[in-house]
Amino acid sequence: MTVHDMKHAASDSAHLEAVGGRLSRVDGPAKITGAAKYAFEQQLEGLTHAVLVGATIAAGKVSAIDSRAAETAPGVLAVLTPDTIMELKGASDWFGNPSPQPTYNPLAREVSYSGQHIAAVVAETFEQAVAAAALLKVWYDETPAIVDLSDGKAGDGIPIDAMTKEWGDAQAAFAAAPVRICAAYNTPREFQAAMEPHGLIARWEGDELTIWEPSQWLDGMARTYAEWFGVPFENVRLVSPYIGGGFGSKALALAHSAVAAAAAKMLGRPVKLVLNRPQNFTSYGGRAATRQTVAIGADRDGRIQSIVHRGVNETAVDGMWVEPLGSVTSIMYATPNFSSKQNVVRVNTVVPGAKRAPGENPSAFGIECAIDELAYELGIDPLEMRLINYAEQDPHTKKAWSTRQLREAFAAGAEAFGWAKRPPEPRSMRDGHQLIGWGVAAGTYPVRRAHGEAVVKILGDGSVEVESSSIDMGQGTYTILAQTAAETLGVPVERVSVKLGDSHFARAGVTGGSRLAGVMTGAVYKAAGQALDELIGLALSDPRSPFQKLQANTLQVRDGRIASPRGEGPDLSIAEFMAAVGRDRIEAKGDTLPASTTPQERYKNYTTIAMSIPHTEGDWSRYSWCAHFVEVRVDEDFGTVRVSRVVSALDSGRLYNPKLAESQWKGGIIMGIGQALLEEGIVDRRHGRIVNGNFADYMLPTNADVPDLQTISVGIPDPHSSALGGKGVGELAIVGIAPAIANAVFHATGKRVRDLPITLEKLI
Amino acid sequence: MRDFSYFRADNIEAARNAAALPGAMLLAGGTTLIDLAKCGVAEPSTVIDISHIDGLNAIDVTADRAVIGALARMSHVADNQQVKSLFPAVSEALWQAASAQLRNMASIGGNLMQRTRCPYFRDPQNFPACNKRAPGSGCSAIGGVTRGHAVLGVSEACIATYPGDLAVALVAFDAEVDLGERKLKVEDFFLAPGATAEREHDIQPGEVITAIEIPGSAAARRSTYIKVRDRQSYEFAAASAAVGLELEGDGRTVRDIRVALGGVATKPWRVRAVEDALKGKALSEDTIRKASELAMEGAVDHGANHYKIALAPRVIARAILKLGETA
Ligand SMILES: Cc1cc2nc3c(=O)[nH]c(=O)nc-3n(C[C@H](O)[C@H](O)[C@H](O)COP(=O)(O)OP(=O)(O)OC[C@H]3O[C@@H](n4cnc5c(N)ncnc54)[C@H](O)[C@@H]3O)c2cc1C
Ligand code: SF4
Repeated sequence: MTVHDMKHAASDSAHLEAVGGRLSRVDGPAKITGAAKYAFEQQLEGLTHAVLVGATIAAGKVSAIDSRAAETAPGVLAVLTPDTIMELKGASDWFGNPSPQPTYNPLAREVSYSGQHIAAVVAETFEQAVAAAALLKVWYDETPAIVDLSDGKAGDGIPIDAMTKEWGDAQAAFAAAPVRICAAYNTPREFQAAMEPHGLIARWEGDELTIWEPSQWLDGMARTYAEWFGVPFENVRLVSPYIGGGFGSKALALAHSAVAAAAAKMLGRPVKLVLNRPQNFTSYGGRAATRQTVAIGADRDGRIQSIVHRGVNETAVDGMWVEPLGSVTSIMYATPNFSSKQNVVRVNTVVPGAKRAPGENPSAFGIECAIDELAYELGIDPLEMRLINYAEQDPHTKKAWSTRQLREAFAAGAEAFGWAKRPPEPRSMRDGHQLIGWGVAAGTYPVRRAHGEAVVKILGDGSVEVESSSIDMGQGTYTILAQTAAETLGVPVERVSVKLGDSHFARAGVTGGSRLAGVMTGAVYKAAGQALDELIGLALSDPRSPFQKLQANTLQVRDGRIASPRGEGPDLSIAEFMAAVGRDRIEAKGDTLPASTTPQERYKNYTTIAMSIPHTEGDWSRYSWCAHFVEVRVDEDFGTVRVSRVVSALDSGRLYNPKLAESQWKGGIIMGIGQALLEEGIVDRRHGRIVNGNFADYMLPTNADVPDLQTISVGIPDPHSSALGGKGVGELAIVGIAPAIANAVFHATGKRVRDLPITLEKLI
Repeated sequence: MRDFSYFRADNIEAARNAAALPGAMLLAGGTTLIDLAKCGVAEPSTVIDISHIDGLNAIDVTADRAVIGALARMSHVADNQQVKSLFPAVSEALWQAASAQLRNMASIGGNLMQRTRCPYFRDPQNFPACNKRAPGSGCSAIGGVTRGHAVLGVSEACIATYPGDLAVALVAFDAEVDLGERKLKVEDFFLAPGATAEREHDIQPGEVITAIEIPGSAAARRSTYIKVRDRQSYEFAAASAAVGLELEGDGRTVRDIRVALGGVATKPWRVRAVEDALKGKALSEDTIRKASELAMEGAVDHGANHYKIALAPRVIARAILKLGETA
């Protein structure tokens, strides 16, 4: 019996619906018409509303809370304080390491950042809860806070030895190099700023907990809830059908999640808790502020001899976040000598978290600006500079690249942009009062891999259902999984419905690190393949099957019809066939794990990140790559920078759906424009408090800030990276945009701004 | 719950009577009032909805004067053909304000009355001290994050910037605000904080803005509004300038010039020193830039807003140059 032939089907990829086709988002109409129901939009019987109260100091103790007025306010059901909230058990972290503390209190007595949750009010209506929350009186014993990296009390921080990467003798080679540059590059605290806020609805029925919550990782969050409340994992159901943006922030169950679930347990009623906009800037971490120094020593012909890199990122007093700042530094360019080390500094902030390309993004800002500085120092074209130092293999692991189409990206981008016409001198192009500059920078992101599971059902009416507890936060999971199942099974894509975002579906790991598409297309490919095998097997062998007498050894399914490959004999729709053999479904569960995997390992695989597969596993080093070419216009009087053109050429391997991949790339570029020019969490240094925690004051790019963006795919299928040949898409494109813009600003103005964002006062 | 009563006024008399009640606030488009109520800054006891009053949204423009009803929408005024041709700075100021959605909701009266964007003013829970909100409580901004704060017209009590755009164009062209019983210059309607930061306007309980009137002039006809800001849209001014220019027959000597600044002062800021320096002079880039510097006389910065002192004169100069070029 032959298994379906993927290669054959893949040659049809000009079809919209096949993998590789430009199918529009299948969830688009539901979102545009408002039919898509997001997590908080569930209407539940007896729903109550919780509102959180945050600390107004950045460090110290809550010495007393007077809740009498709040307790007697209309509609109030409970006032939860550190003393009155139920005790939870400590939950393990995302690697699965058990909590150092046996118990956990999501409301803080010891305050380590401004805005930290110290109390919550639950009432019949949201308005009642808001009004009562304002009645709480809180007293503090305040202690001095360390507000940020530049705080005099911050110190040098804690060395993170695991981040050290060294080969050769970097210091000596740098000292001996004929040409040297050394500069410091800073990125501020940034936020994910998803349109949909964080929050949840929690409902207990006995010891079964249902949570409706936007989530990038249902199984991981379900595990945390289960551990907090000491109930079996299976008792927790997380539902997250649509997510209004996550960008890394929605992968973990957080303190506010615990408060809502605890309140629901204590009250015996469902509780809805949604963070208001300012709370979305203080309740979970954005990108940590970073500092890097990059020193490069080179020959006069531009060949790098040594890179010495030092990085620092802020972390919290009560939590650890390491933003790997040497991640791009260590792999982008060939160098015989290299040293990268990193410290973290504890400051009074909520523990920072993942924001699109954590590590790679700030890392690229350092090295991609530094190489530009070196290019000017030597009078070499910045693009040429990058080609001179092109890394033919992974300079760190010395392994071969699985695929690296970066040279192709430079070539395609330069051609489309017209880079050859670039005058080398800064301040050499202008249009009236606008100084024009061109900049280039490269970016990369590792191919993070994991295992996934999917269920594929062929139903009696010939339709197909795909189920997975993975999620779609706008990146297109619904669409590409429908395409994968349709192509594998040979059915029209509109006959496939994909169900996601329910932890009771087949399991999936975290949607982060741009891994989901590669993992889940692999799982669906496998599950659908198994379902197809079963369908064909049934057709060949079932006595009721009209194909049985054909004595064929295989059959073909196309456009939802079953026939022999040569066309002789019957030709039935799947529905007709299922009726003939009296079946109402064929169901297959497929996963990408080795068959020997134990149930414990499976659980660990889906509920922690401990089993993700290193991108340098085996013989290959696997990364996505990109090259950005940017034009800026800087007003010579006002210092305002506007991006007027972006051409990016990207290698994400094979694209499962180029339309959706382009959208993600463009989203990354736009976010990078925000990072370069606008975004910064501004801290009042006296109070250690973010003062621009809202969408009017925390600047994000508007449509007017975004020029025409041209993206060019230069990827080729990478068989070492995923089952279908794709590499990561979602995070890649933001990496390198900020340095490309900073480099263009230098070309326009002759001023090097090494401190993001590049706001107007830095240029006037 | 913070209860309030809601009263829909059918006519201007009813609105005036209700507005005289203690704790009463008018509601027009609601884009400032509801925003501030959510922040916990506005806590009206009575909300008087004037948005249904007939006849307050007229836009009546002749070469002599523009009379714009208090309830006219920002988007309608911005898009009005006669406003565009006879008072271009007014239209441009409105076009560059807020977002399309806000402009469709917001009224001209409400626009004048919008409150400062000082982040400390808008966060009473975390920053109780604010003289504008609670007279005598102090100013949280001084010594804090001041990047957006004013450099002109500041006092020890308050350094908050008046954020609006339209009013900047209005003070440049000697517009008046019509309060029914009395009319006064927009320039006098806005008050610098001095020792009484809570008093932002010369308006009494029971008074309602019914219209603004802008006298027509050659300078208003050749006028422009330039707004410099961090992003290209949906953002308040880092510095802005409304400028009108009338030249002599020679096409280069200044007969009349109007200059006002936004984004840098505690109220819409007319800069007569610049006007006086240029009247009767022949325009050249050098004269323009030198004269524009005079706008910063008396400017005081608080650190992070220092850049405004360099920026504002350049915005004025750019606006004058632009108008001079289109001679
Ligand atoms: C995110 C954001 C960005 C913005 N950006 C800009 C910008 O770039 N430039 C800019 O200029 N503006 C900007 N605005 C402000 C916006 O223009 C004002 O909110 C709007 O003009 C207010 O008009 P309204 O009709 O909605 O006022 P309302 O909210 O209804 O009223 C505002 C105030 O005026 C009082 N009031 C209303 N009508 C009268 C009247 N007839 N007589 C007396 N008092 C009255 C009310 O009592 C209230 O105190 C922005 C606002 C927001 C929320
Ligand atoms: S500047 Fe004015 S509005 Fe801001 S805190 Fe000080 S007093 Fe209040």
